[in-house]
Amino acid sequence: MSAIQSYRLRLQRRKWLIRALRKRRDLTAVRNRTSHIRPGDILVFSTVRNEKVRLSFFLKYYRNLGVDHFVFVDNGSTDGTREFLEDQPDVSLWATEKSYKRARFGMDWLNWLQMRYGHKHWCLTVDVDEFLVYPFCDTRSLRALTDWLDASSIKSFGAMILDMYPKGRIDEQPYRSGQDPFEIASWFDSGNYVMSRNALYGNLWIQGGPRARMFFADQPERAPALNKVPLVKWDRRYAFVSSTHMLLPRGLNLVYDEWGGEKASGCLLHAKFLSTFGKKAKEELERKQHFANSKEYQAYNEAMKANPDLWCKWSEKYINWRQLEILGLMSKGNWA
Amino acid sequence: MTVGIVMLAHTALHRASQVARHWHAAGCPVVIHVDRRVPDDEFRPFVDSLSELENIRFTRRLKCDWGTWSLVEASQIASEMMLEKYPQVSHVYLSSGSCLPLRPVQELIDYLAERPKTDFIESATTEDVPWTVGGLDKERFTLRFPFSWKKHRKLFDAYVRLQRLVRFKRRIPPGLVPHMGSQWWCLTRQTLSAILQDPDRATYDAYFRRVWIPDESYYQTLARLYSTRIESRSLTLSKFDFQGKPHIFYDDHLQLLRRSDCFVARKIWPEANKLYEAFLSSPEGAMNRAEPNPGKIDRIFSKAVERRAKGRPGLVMQSRFPHEGWENGLTAAPYAVLEGFSDLFVDFEAWLTKATGLRVHGHLFAKDRVHFTGEQSVYNGCLSDSASLRDYNPKAFLSSLIWNTRGERQCFQFGPRDVQKIGPTLARDPNAQIAVISGAWAIPLFNSNMNFADIRKQAAELQKIENMHLETLRAATAKARVRIWTMADFVEAPMEPLQTVIDEIAPRPLRRLNEAPRMVDLTGFGQFLQNLKNQGMHPYLMGISRSAAIPRRGNRAAANPTW
Repeated sequence: MSAIQSYRLRLQRRKWLIRALRKRRDLTAVRNRTSHIRPGDILVFSTVRNEKVRLSFFLKYYRNLGVDHFVFVDNGSTDGTREFLEDQPDVSLWATEKSYKRARFGMDWLNWLQMRYGHKHWCLTVDVDEFLVYPFCDTRSLRALTDWLDASSIKSFGAMILDMYPKGRIDEQPYRSGQDPFEIASWFDSGNYVMSRNALYGNLWIQGGPRARMFFADQPERAPALNKVPLVKWDRRYAFVSSTHMLLPRGLNLVYDEWGGEKASGCLLHAKFLSTFGKKAKEELERKQHFANSKEYQAYNEAMKANPDLWCKWSEKYINWRQLEILGLMSKGNWA
Repeated sequence: MTVGIVMLAHTALHRASQVARHWHAAGCPVVIHVDRRVPDDEFRPFVDSLSELENIRFTRRLKCDWGTWSLVEASQIASEMMLEKYPQVSHVYLSSGSCLPLRPVQELIDYLAERPKTDFIESATTEDVPWTVGGLDKERFTLRFPFSWKKHRKLFDAYVRLQRLVRFKRRIPPGLVPHMGSQWWCLTRQTLSAILQDPDRATYDAYFRRVWIPDESYYQTLARLYSTRIESRSLTLSKFDFQGKPHIFYDDHLQLLRRSDCFVARKIWPEANKLYEAFLSSPEGAMNRAEPNPGKIDRIFSKAVERRAKGRPGLVMQSRFPHEGWENGLTAAPYAVLEGFSDLFVDFEAWLTKATGLRVHGHLFAKDRVHFTGEQSVYNGCLSDSASLRDYNPKAFLSSLIWNTRGERQCFQFGPRDVQKIGPTLARDPNAQIAVISGAWAIPLFNSNMNFADIRKQAAELQKIENMHLETLRAATAKARVRIWTMADFVEAPMEPLQTVIDEIAPRPLRRLNEAPRMVDLTGFGQFLQNLKNQGMHPYLMGISRSAAIPRRGNRAAANPTW
């Protein structure tokens, strides 16, 4: 990496930070409980829109892992999401009606809130349908992981998205609020992922899984990116570049080993393909607020008309993190 | 006669306090050194929490930094206090605030009482130990290290390089032979007092003050001067990973730690409530006289280090993406690539499956789609049969397939009609066993009903493609196991090369082949080649000249040179 290039990345990072500062005006505090945040607390940051049905399990899941405080941005919900979140004792809530797309899919808002409240905290940036699984997550809390990362001088932890789907039609089993979504969507693709290195930002670009297999077989380069770096020991100078797929400074993206070894990593179980999906896809298509003119949702909408079954006889049924480790989807690295 | 515990504490003082109480309850005096960096509002409550216990004392406090002399100095101060205040102490045990006794303290006391003259300190010469950080072993004792390794790594490294360049060397005090080992020791009063009261101590201290990580070498070296009996092992179970930092124990290690029979373990995660509850509760049952046996824990941790350093061969995933040449195996297991066989033999795939029990696929890299075994549309790991998905990253396709089917040998057909992008990867992969019958691609043309002008054109194209492919296979950089026969050689005596191939690719040794697959009828093939030649397209990969012998029906050994 030349000096000029790294200088350009530095300028770019500044640009995102300034943009985040500017976009803070989009946000109004609905309930600011950030004074409860103590040094060393683990924080979750997320943008939501009409996700009430999912929230109760989401909060339960992450509280259980040991998250201390949640910071949400509500982007114009109409289903009571806002009221629900307001009442949670460990949630700080901001609201905005402004364009999700023009806030770079919410990243500007979160960059700002993290700059303001995330400094020196381990911050987990996830969507409400993403559930972090990491090595030993059944016996060790998230704090055990972050303590270990701290002791190893590691600042970011990678977790690839793993699309989960039900057996049979997606809308067959209705999802009830509070239910573990993986009781329904308990299947995944275990070994059809492709990856390449992004020369500029240094991150891996991972694609594949059921979405590539079912919706993007003819145009694989358009298949959604699955690489994520959701867990970062935040510093106010950091910025997400594109969703949580990549960050600046670029060193944070190097969550993989290039000399043959394995770094520790996790998975984000993605509970997108539930009965709620059809409605969501339609809504998102009308809003046109998603990446690349919502091409992804256009493809889904087309495919959904045929009521597809993502399941095939080679689908794997989810058991636990050890299974994902053995399948080579994530790794313990040198954490034992 | 008892054991005195010297404890160095710097974080998680509530745990240190619990452990100190535990030692004390068993009749062991405890002397605690607390890092000066610990703020007063943490230190005071800690002292208060232990104040009613008479045999717990606190030393004056120094600022301690990892890898520096301050740690040795702290242990000296505390040891001196221990020896002076508690004359009944016969062994002194150096521990940290994150150590946890795993066995009842009385067992440790008994164990040491049975070995009154033995010092337990890991102490090896620099030649003998592989576990050094930053590649410094002997040089720890001969260079100077004024810069912090943790805070100023670049300066540290640069200064080391400079000293190497000018061949600077410190003098080691006469009589000392540098030894290293775990910093957690248990020494007898005799040895420890001899070290601390040595008339030359000032010289030694001045020397070790500038040694790199002296807490791993000060006592380890000096104990060699005075001890009558050194057991070169630490009674504290402490494992280090590849960065030189200790592995941490969590609740899920409970059974492992129980079964290890070690006296003390480090380092324990402060929030491992179950471990602290389990090991600090009152001892039950009969006394256990077992020797410490950390073997199983050793294995788990060395496996973790290996996973971090070498990874699982053939796996490409989100946290393992090796540079070219560092893969430690492009693929996870051996597999076979057969080129030309399915052209030459009728129903070859079915025959091979029957003969070997391999998983035999068709042309995985065919242009129309992926021909998995049984023409399945999705295969192991949910690999799709879509050609565009496969061609988007053929290398990932191949490594995924081989990874997904670990434990079952794969075999597939390949040829010049397929998408060729995978060729160089195959050639580079030591797991690939490639067998080629060169020129066999002409047989389908020969049997086709196409116009001869088109045949000629295609033949020229396919020959060019196969020739380029063969060049990659023959390149000096190729690592695959490659066998190439010209079609003429193969057809002349098919059983022998077939046997060779089968022997090589079949996972277990087989009996001799007694049935060969049926060969395509080649009557008139020689003339066909001649026709191509006459049209100006010279087929050379078959290795057949006009006069060469090609049997009419392949299997018969007696060739019939009619064409």
